[in-house]
Amino acid sequence: MFKKLKAGFESLKAGLARTHNAIMGSVESAFNLNNGESREELFERLEESLITSDVGVKASMEIVGNLRTRLVGWDTNKFKEYFRESIYDILKEVEKPLEIDKNPFVIMVLGVNGVGKTTTIGKLAARYKAEGKSVLLAAGDTFRAAAIEQLEGWGNRVGCDVIRQAQGGDPGAVIFDAIRAAQSRRSDVIILDTAGRLHTKVNLMEELKKVQRVVSREMPGAPHENLLVLDASTGQNAINQAKLFDEAVGVTGIALTKLDGTAKGGIIVAIAKEMKIPIRFIGVGETVDDLKDFDAHDFVEALI
Amino acid sequence: MFESLSDKFRKILKDVRGQGSLSESNIQEALKEVRLALLEADVSFTVVKDFVNTVKEKAMGKEVLESLSPGQQFTKVVHDELTALLGGEDASLELKGKPAVIMMVGLQGSGKTTTTAKLALHLRSKGRRPYIVPADLFRLAAVLQLKKLASEVKVECFDSTNYKKPSDICREALREASLKGHDIVLVDTAGRLHIDNTLMDELKDLKEILNPSEILFVADSMTGQDAVNTAKGFNESIGITGVVLTKFDGDARGGAALSMRMTTGQPIKFIGTGEKVDCLEVFHPARLAGRILDMGDVLTLIEKAQTAFDEKQSKELQKKLKKDQFTLDDFKDQLQQIKKLGSLESILSMVPGFDALKQAKDIKIDEKEIARVEAIINSMTKAERAETSILNASRRQRIARGSGTKVQDVNKLIKQYEDMRKMMKKLKGAGPRGIKGLFQKWM
Repeated sequence: MFKKLKAGFESLKAGLARTHNAIMGSVESAFNLNNGESREELFERLEESLITSDVGVKASMEIVGNLRTRLVGWDTNKFKEYFRESIYDILKEVEKPLEIDKNPFVIMVLGVNGVGKTTTIGKLAARYKAEGKSVLLAAGDTFRAAAIEQLEGWGNRVGCDVIRQAQGGDPGAVIFDAIRAAQSRRSDVIILDTAGRLHTKVNLMEELKKVQRVVSREMPGAPHENLLVLDASTGQNAINQAKLFDEAVGVTGIALTKLDGTAKGGIIVAIAKEMKIPIRFIGVGETVDDLKDFDAHDFVEALI
Repeated sequence: MFESLSDKFRKILKDVRGQGSLSESNIQEALKEVRLALLEADVSFTVVKDFVNTVKEKAMGKEVLESLSPGQQFTKVVHDELTALLGGEDASLELKGKPAVIMMVGLQGSGKTTTTAKLALHLRSKGRRPYIVPADLFRLAAVLQLKKLASEVKVECFDSTNYKKPSDICREALREASLKGHDIVLVDTAGRLHIDNTLMDELKDLKEILNPSEILFVADSMTGQDAVNTAKGFNESIGITGVVLTKFDGDARGGAALSMRMTTGQPIKFIGTGEKVDCLEVFHPARLAGRILDMGDVLTLIEKAQTAFDEKQSKELQKKLKKDQFTLDDFKDQLQQIKKLGSLESILSMVPGFDALKQAKDIKIDEKEIARVEAIINSMTKAERAETSILNASRRQRIARGSGTKVQDVNKLIKQYEDMRKMMKKLKGAGPRGIKGLFQKWM
């Protein structure tokens, strides 16, 4: 058990290795060199590193600003400790793992094109299946060519049913079928795929609202989770995405994908700071096990 | 909510007038704003540093021209410099070899498969005979996706279904392409990370087999600071020849493009502007420069307006206007002309300050509005279109039913039309440019 946890942390650490280097690399080398850089220069270096990791200008300035007032004099250990705390305080607030506390539990998966919605669904299905739950997938992306087949591929791999209609069909109708099927089959978890859409497209956001209405009508209280999938390589636009999807259907959780070893992912801090939406999952690699519950403590440990 | 950058420049530099020229001390503040704007637009930190220094050099010592305010002068320097960095050289496709091969590469989810189909359509419409080759065997159903898209754009597609290795696909597809007389081969590859050595080596092998004349790096316009490393990684391992910027129809400022351009030295060749297969445009540096700086791009807009407005139609319209015969049919024609300009959102986003306005006032663009108006007009009889005064309540109800709208929508449209007609009456003597000029003034 412990070994497994440890392995989990290692893959997280590997996933964040470059982000860690990007943030801490230049700061640490300055510590070690001890080349007489002033305190102020070090703060500037840190601010630069944070911006380079997509934390955003505003959030980076705030974090460094607080550090500047808190740190009296100069002490490398204190500096690291306070820095770690300041990031942890921001992330702690959004650390709320998804609890499957209803039966059936309906998860609607949302996001812009190409962030990894279908893959995330596949991984989620595998996880719940492994926990002994019966999982039903709904192929609600009727727009993109072969999106349905992609989800069916995951269904086969994981071993769960996929409710589908033809491409170009009405997503509302697919979802309707899926809810009915789940009720008669007594599925524990229903995961609804939706077509990728840019958050600025009014018509497509209206369509999403409609899908949500169909779900709530057929099963009061559902969807229990509107999971927004964000790509970790996205820049400041991720905040706009979160805002507009939240305005349209209410986002209850975020999955951050593709935290896979490149220098990125700082956007998670910006979003946590600005939006306060729970971060449920982070994807740190390509395999099924690489979708993990977000843990603020581990995340900060791996990062700093 | 946000002040546009050019407004900020204007305020910061308003006192410079009379000092004769821009100097290091008086542009310091403005340079800081440039830096912030670029960082917020996701331009990479190092690129921003270089850029700010260049702007400083270019701007310093510049005499403030009589005709421009110092703010305008500075804006021009920044905009010109950014445009120059983003473009400059000829960015058309280089198609050498028989057949010429184009390889599509990039990260997962950047839009390679969709872009492959879009590009095939673009080339087909230019009279070429492209051949689509799906070589992404990793992502589930990627081959099927491209096959479906290929049939949608009516371009022949290699059948990759029974292959296990992308290299075998490429070899066989090249042979097929020559046999079938295709002059361009488009190869879609699996998404991969630039730090994944195994997969990058696979890409090198494919390059060896294909000997492509173009290797296009497909990148998401929403990419953050890492764009620099990704583009650099791909460029260093396989050497890219250009960038395609996707999902440009969202609200990302697209600063990553500048980073990619600066680190690879390769031009941005196309932008993807929508989900449909015909949404691919040739890249315009000035347009992106304006967007990164949130200054809009009036120039592109005017160009677009000029090509879309049919000269002949607009002359006929002028005649009608003079005789006060502007009917609802003409109104519909006008709407169709506007539609030719692109989506409403894309037109409006080129207007300076529109993005800020949209955020401040929560303006929603409904692309279906034009379609609705057309449906309403189509549901009218000829007589009704010619003379709206005969539209009584029961006629209006019938039209609403026929067009699937509400009576209020019909009323609103008729009111708009009548207002427009009134206004046009006033503008009868609008000069030789007539209606065309009028529309330009509006936008």
